[in-house]
Order: sequence, then C-alpha cells, then structure tokens
Amino acid sequence: MNANLMNTTKEHILRGLDANVRLDGRKKEDYRAVSIEYDVSKSAEGSARVRCGQTEVLAGVKMAIEEPYPDTPDKGNLMVNAELSPLSSPEFETGPPSDWGIEVARITDRGIRESHALMPSTLCIESGKAVWSVSVDVVPICDSGNLLDMAGLVSIAALSHAHYPGVKDGNADYGTRTDKKLKLESTPLPVTVWAIGKHFIIDPLPEEEKAADARLTITTTADGTIVALQKGGSMPLKSEQINDMVKLALRVAKDLRHKLH
Amino acid sequence: MIMGYDKRFDGRKQYEMRPMSAKVGVVPRADGSAMFQIGKTTAIAAVYGPRDLHPKFLQNPRGGLLRCHYSMMPFSGHGERVRPGQNRRAKEISRVMEASLRGVVDLNAFPNAVVDVFIELPQTDAGTRCAGICAASMALADAGLDMKDMVAAVSAGFVHDRIVADLTYEEEHYNEFAKGLKEEVHVADIPIACQVSNGEIVLLQMDGKVSAEFLAEALEVGKKACAEIGEVQRKALKERFTGGSL
Repeated sequence: MNANLMNTTKEHILRGLDANVRLDGRKKEDYRAVSIEYDVSKSAEGSARVRCGQTEVLAGVKMAIEEPYPDTPDKGNLMVNAELSPLSSPEFETGPPSDWGIEVARITDRGIRESHALMPSTLCIESGKAVWSVSVDVVPICDSGNLLDMAGLVSIAALSHAHYPGVKDGNADYGTRTDKKLKLESTPLPVTVWAIGKHFIIDPLPEEEKAADARLTITTTADGTIVALQKGGSMPLKSEQINDMVKLALRVAKDLRHKLH
Repeated sequence: MIMGYDKRFDGRKQYEMRPMSAKVGVVPRADGSAMFQIGKTTAIAAVYGPRDLHPKFLQNPRGGLLRCHYSMMPFSGHGERVRPGQNRRAKEISRVMEASLRGVVDLNAFPNAVVDVFIELPQTDAGTRCAGICAASMALADAGLDMKDMVAAVSAGFVHDRIVADLTYEEEHYNEFAKGLKEEVHVADIPIACQVSNGEIVLLQMDGKVSAEFLAEALEVGKKACAEIGEVQRKALKERFTGGSL
C-alpha cells in the first residue's frame, strides 16, 4: 500500500508466496510467537506489554473522574489513543498523530466500544455529576509489523488488569490503588488479513504491509460475533474471499485469546 | 516533630541510589537502543541515523546534527494522564539532553546528516531526564557512533537539611509527604550529568533553594554516583556484545 516500496521487493514477496514461503520463512497463515506481560508500568492503573516476533507494544490505562456528557448523564467515557512513537520505527515521525496512528486507534476503539466490552454504565459514580473516564494509550516500542492486531490485544490485556484508583475529595487519588478491577464483559480481538496479489497472509512484516494491496481487520469476541470491520487498501475483495478471511480471523482470534489471562 | 531528613522514605542511605538495571539492544528496528531503569523510573532510548536531515535548512555541511526527543508516555505520570505530544517541559529537557551528549559524540564524518535519539518513559518516579541520558548514551554507543566517553546522570538533591542522591517523587515533594513538619523546609532538585571517565559536568540544573556549600557537596555526590552508573552502563554494553556470557 506504499508507493515507496521497490517493485522488485514486491515481486520477490509474491514469488515467495507462490511457494507459500514468506520473507522470514513462515507460511502464509503462520503467526509469530505472541507473549503478554502485565503491570509493566507502575504509573498506570493497568498496563500490559505484548510481543509478537520483534514487535513490542505497550498499553497503559489511566482513569479520571469527570462530569458526564449532558446527553449520557449515567455513562462513563472510553478513549483509545495510539502514540506511534518514532522510537519504534524509522518510518514514524514526531508531531501530531499520523493517519495510520489515528486508524490504528480508531479500529481498536471500535472493537472495544461496539462489543460493549466495557459497559459505560458501570463507570457511573453519580448520575449527571461524576463518571469515570478511561483512557487507553497504545505505544509501540518496536514496530516490526502487525501493529493493528497487537494494538487491540495489548489494549484488552491492559484493561483486563486495570484497578480503580482511590477517590479523595471527588477526585481520583492516584497514590492508592483499590482492589476493584475494571469489569470487562468480553474480549474483542482484531485480526487483520492482508492481501498481496492473490495471496492472503496474517501477522505481516513491515515489508509485507507495504507490499499489500488490501487488508481487512475483523474484530471478534469469544462467542464468534463480529464486532468491528475495517477494509484498507484499494484492491477490491470478493464476498467469498471475505468469508474466508472471517473464518481465518475467528481461528486466529481464538488462539490469541488463549494467551490472555 | 522532626528535626531533619535523617531517615529516607524508602530506607536508603544518604548517598545511596535506587536499584538500577540496564539493557542494550531493546529496539531491534533502531540503529542503537538501550533501556535504563532506576527505581521505578524506566527510560528507553532508540537511535536512528546518521540519516538525511529535513528540513534542509537545518543541514550543516561541517558535520552531523544530534537531536534528542524526550517523551513521557501518557500513562507514565504520577497523577493524571499526561497529554501526549510536545510541551514546553519536554522541549526544554530534550535540548539539555542534547547539550549533555553532544560533546562525547563525534559526528564530523556525517555532514548534512542527523542522528535522532528518541527517549520514551513507560513509568516514572522522578529523575526522568537523568535516566533518559543514561539510556541515550548507551544507545549511541550501541549504534556504533564514535564516542570519546559515556555520559551518566543522576539527580542530587537538597532535602530539609542535607544532600541526598537520586531523589524520588516523594522526596521532591518532601513538604507534602513528610509527617510532623512544623513549617515548610527547603527542597532542591539538582540533576547532574557527567562524562564518566573524567567526571566533567555536562548538565546541571536546579529547582529550589540551596547554599553554595551544599551545592558543592551535591556536585561531588553527583560525580561519584555517575561513576557508579557508568559501571552499570559499561556492563550492559559488554553483555550486548558478548551475548550475556560475561
């Protein structure tokens, strides 16, 4: 999806895929080893680190007491943000969030929101007066591909281990951490299937992401419900292809879900 | 009532630093990288370059430019979420970090190029610029750039009636956290960075109030502490290139 990629690299990737061999020797539907660690930042109310091959992504949850919006007086707020730090890739720049950063954040946000993983009503402290506002910040340490799926996974991991801070004079008391955990109703996980020519792969390397003609992110919950979709890239997809992509995404999400605890 | 700061909040001795750990090569995509942790303050630094410098008017035909970019992760603060993006504090810290490192890195062989050092902090408990400098120095070495020395940094501080090494957040806010104080007492935070081998000071700042005598003591404490940090940095760099079999 990037014009800067040399045509020769794309041809090389395609020739490999014809023989079901990828740049790092994996097959098309192989996912790199994924591991999750919790509570990696003592400053956050909840945090996690995921690794997928050389890709490493952190997420931290911060909570604050705010006034609810007038039209939703008994509902708390959720915000997901991705800070694509130039620390993590030579391709990221300093400055305001890039289009890619915004898309990563919004796809992650949509999965959590639409699955009702975090019920906004459980975040109400006093109707019309005070609600919890939950912020999830995703920060890659090393982007060696597959940021979309990892942003979703690390966000759920961080949220699932978040504890409410104490409350003092109507404000959050960040010096204390209560035993009460944030309640998650489900575990929506995005899996992105990338199309390069006629081939479909998952868990791409950066070169594969650049060579891709289309991608489809499919976010699903444990019961197999699809809660968010996002197609990227300009190549059209046939409905049969999409059905196959969904099947693949469901299978992969199930494996990823086993890594959570 | 308490007469002085004779017992540190976390039980450390007066000149004792918090436990440290360091690791080199933590960001595989970068040209050099390192992590430095002191207490609950963790800094990750990644070096990219020498590479093309844009905008072009910044280019210097006599040599390369060293740029630092300091950033706290939004969830890394002591209180509320830290709004991401550049702010005045981050900008100033980035500039003093650059100044502390520029003297040890030789970029004369890279006209018109830039070496970018990105520093991110996932969790903090004071001393972030110092931890950032310690990580950045190792990351520059890991990137294989010509360096004549390492740079280490630590904050010395004046708390109540004495100089202590490596302040925590609670010590920086001593008046808020100390129990039984009759009146507000002086607290000063003095970040110091030294070139490790000769102890020359390349960063010096201070917030607070302190006498000339105590400042002189702080400088000596800082120098000794930086020498100790230098050992941690050296060990981490050696481990990187011997596969940990040291």
